[in-house]
Amino acid sequence: MIEFAAFAAGPVVGKHLADHGATVVHIESKVRPDGFRAHYPPYKDNVHGLNRSGLYALCNNDKLDITLNLKKAPAGTELAKKIAAWADVVIENFSPGTMGRLGLGYEELSKANPGLIMLSSSNLGQSGPHAHHAGFGSQLSSLAGFTHLTGYPGGSPQILYGPYIDYIAVAYGAVAILAALDYRRRTGKGNYIDAAQYETGLQYLAPILLDYKINGRVAERNANRNPHAAPHGAYPCKGDDRWCAISVSNDYEWQALVKAMKNPSWAKKFATFEARKVNEDELDLLVGEWTRGFEPRELMETLQKAGVKAGVVNRMCDVYEDPQLKQRPQWVELEHPEIGKMHYQRPPFLLTKTPPGPAKRDPLLAEHNEYFYCELLGLSEEEYKKLVDEQVIY
Amino acid sequence: MAVGDKNQGLLSPFRVLDLTDELGFLCGKILGDLGADVIKIERPGGDPARRFGPFYKDQRDPEKSLYWFGFNNNKRGVTLDLEKKEGQDLFAKLAAKADFVIESFTPGWLDKFNIGYGALSKNNPKLVWTSITPFGQTGPYAKFSASDIEIMALAGCMSLTGDPDRPPLRVTFPQSYSWTGSYAAVGALTAHYHQQLTGEGQQVDVSAQATLLWAFSHAHVFWDLNRHMEKRAGSFMTGRSITGAKMRVFWPCKDGYLNFIIYGGEAGRRTNQALVEWMDSKGVAPDFLKQKDWKTFDIAKVTQEEIDRMEAPIAEFFKGVTKAEFFKEVVKREMLGYPVASVKEIFEDPQHAAREFWRELEHPELGVKITYPGPFARFTNGACDLWRRAPLIGEHNEEVYCGELGLSKSELGRLRREKII
Repeated sequence: MIEFAAFAAGPVVGKHLADHGATVVHIESKVRPDGFRAHYPPYKDNVHGLNRSGLYALCNNDKLDITLNLKKAPAGTELAKKIAAWADVVIENFSPGTMGRLGLGYEELSKANPGLIMLSSSNLGQSGPHAHHAGFGSQLSSLAGFTHLTGYPGGSPQILYGPYIDYIAVAYGAVAILAALDYRRRTGKGNYIDAAQYETGLQYLAPILLDYKINGRVAERNANRNPHAAPHGAYPCKGDDRWCAISVSNDYEWQALVKAMKNPSWAKKFATFEARKVNEDELDLLVGEWTRGFEPRELMETLQKAGVKAGVVNRMCDVYEDPQLKQRPQWVELEHPEIGKMHYQRPPFLLTKTPPGPAKRDPLLAEHNEYFYCELLGLSEEEYKKLVDEQVIY
Repeated sequence: MAVGDKNQGLLSPFRVLDLTDELGFLCGKILGDLGADVIKIERPGGDPARRFGPFYKDQRDPEKSLYWFGFNNNKRGVTLDLEKKEGQDLFAKLAAKADFVIESFTPGWLDKFNIGYGALSKNNPKLVWTSITPFGQTGPYAKFSASDIEIMALAGCMSLTGDPDRPPLRVTFPQSYSWTGSYAAVGALTAHYHQQLTGEGQQVDVSAQATLLWAFSHAHVFWDLNRHMEKRAGSFMTGRSITGAKMRVFWPCKDGYLNFIIYGGEAGRRTNQALVEWMDSKGVAPDFLKQKDWKTFDIAKVTQEEIDRMEAPIAEFFKGVTKAEFFKEVVKREMLGYPVASVKEIFEDPQHAAREFWRELEHPELGVKITYPGPFARFTNGACDLWRRAPLIGEHNEEVYCGELGLSKSELGRLRREKII
């Protein structure tokens, strides 16, 4: 697989396939390295460097990294075509139309490689009046309705950290490639896949889209409230800014919670779901008074044992130490020459007979130029040197 | 657009048995979108998620849940009591011929009845069995129960959402189930591809908690690299500048909110320049903004003071702009930024109409066509689409049990009376 792709939406698709053994080549250029390398913190020790990016590392383990300067036409374009002819799958997330303008559209690339599968992952799709509007996932999460649903009623929408919707598109992009590979295996036919992050995001909101169309209701943000449960929220615990989520969906769970709280007299008032809903602010305060006496983990374990749903609000420092994530294990610690020890992330689905990586750290910029161009693509040493001298491989 | 031919679907030769609750609905739907024959197996009387709102015309009825409609279309449906011996036998028969099983029971529950992966893969070693649970099949939390909010909490997502002086938040409409279902589909298809190449099936162990680590995935890396902890910052973005400066993300406008961020890099340069030009065309761009050299503006080194000074006149300007005006201008001027859309504005977006995104599915028993979000991607060969509305309770019992397993109608009647189906 090759990636004419940067940031998250394209490369993390490749990462999931690399984690399962695919040969994935990430193509960049020294003229324009991956944006994560170039200008997107964190960098190790807050010192900027093209090989010090934590996000590049997270999204590109187990890949080869090569440079190719597409600004050097026609030699760069010809070389790109040659690489695409070598590949089973091309992933690109340039803004729509860019690959075509470079002479690297699907029609062109599939001439020499008719079974080629190419995924174009874009914000808004390859067609339509807004197709050429480029943007980042962090903002597309607003256009696609997610931030409207985050925050307090009547207050400002609140941020969903990072490019939330990019990683939704990652799942659908990987699904699309795997389905196309399977289809090609059976039919011999390649595929061009147009995946709009916007459209993948809306898959997650189907019920409230239907609600608007049928009932005219506009879904609004309502903090942690849930029409089917009460209490339902994050409750304070011992310590600085420590919280535990608790939810109660029925009377059995409520009775279990009351018992775990040692039957406080105030609980009688909240015996029915309706009573809990009508007095939910008061209920939250009273439950919060009780939870304050516990460490978050102690509270979660106490409640889970009692038959009540509860979960620690893990902080970013906690996710590497969380006993469940450690047990899976969800992280693989690998050594990187400039970053040092880094936690690389395993896929959230673990294939039990063919377990996934990460096995190798992310590559340095241009690390595999000679290996890829000479060994895998089959350029002669002279051809390779010439392209390096001409700054086509650059 | 009307529905197409499911036999054109990319995965049309394959059979999926879907025993999931809401945590896994989207996994089966995705395989169904790709044309696989997905049979949703519900308990007699119907899946508990049919009680989730919203409801068609606000009528609380297990056959009118829009939650059910939205995530279970492209599936057929049968009922089956897996706690009864005959139910277990029927399931084993179905599983012997299936390509995929997707389930979300508490780890070990199916094994108790000898119908877990271990037992059923003996007769069908090529089976791809995807188990979708909040925390995975093994480990200290394996038997914990969790709904959306506990998953969002334990994955760290809530620690990044909400105002710093108020409790951590989740997204009001549950997100973790969709995340988990869609990543489970990636796992199922990865195992499927391996199975098609080698004949070897396997169990895929999906964790919702692990899935949601990806949703806000950037944040934890700050801790890993530099022991800097990202936290919830309300409507501000952090982490772009090594000085710790926060950038405003949401700006009140005439009819709601806009999402606009002062970015760095090449894209930021263009946007910042274009915004200043737009403001200048209305005579409200202050000199210091007009004189700023965006080529040398370095977002990674910007201070809070500098950001605050830049944001003040921009905030004033946006107060007089509508969401629709903003959207039009950002497209025209090739700026980064979008309105904060509600479901209403999503339907109004001409992009979806131009791409013929929406699909209409017939609901004959309601006498209506309902509009659904369309395919998640467009393929030039083989189709991905919406084929059929979600099943009614036990709608395909006869089709599957009589038509495929060869039961007689009188046997079917008995199974129904004995509440096995």
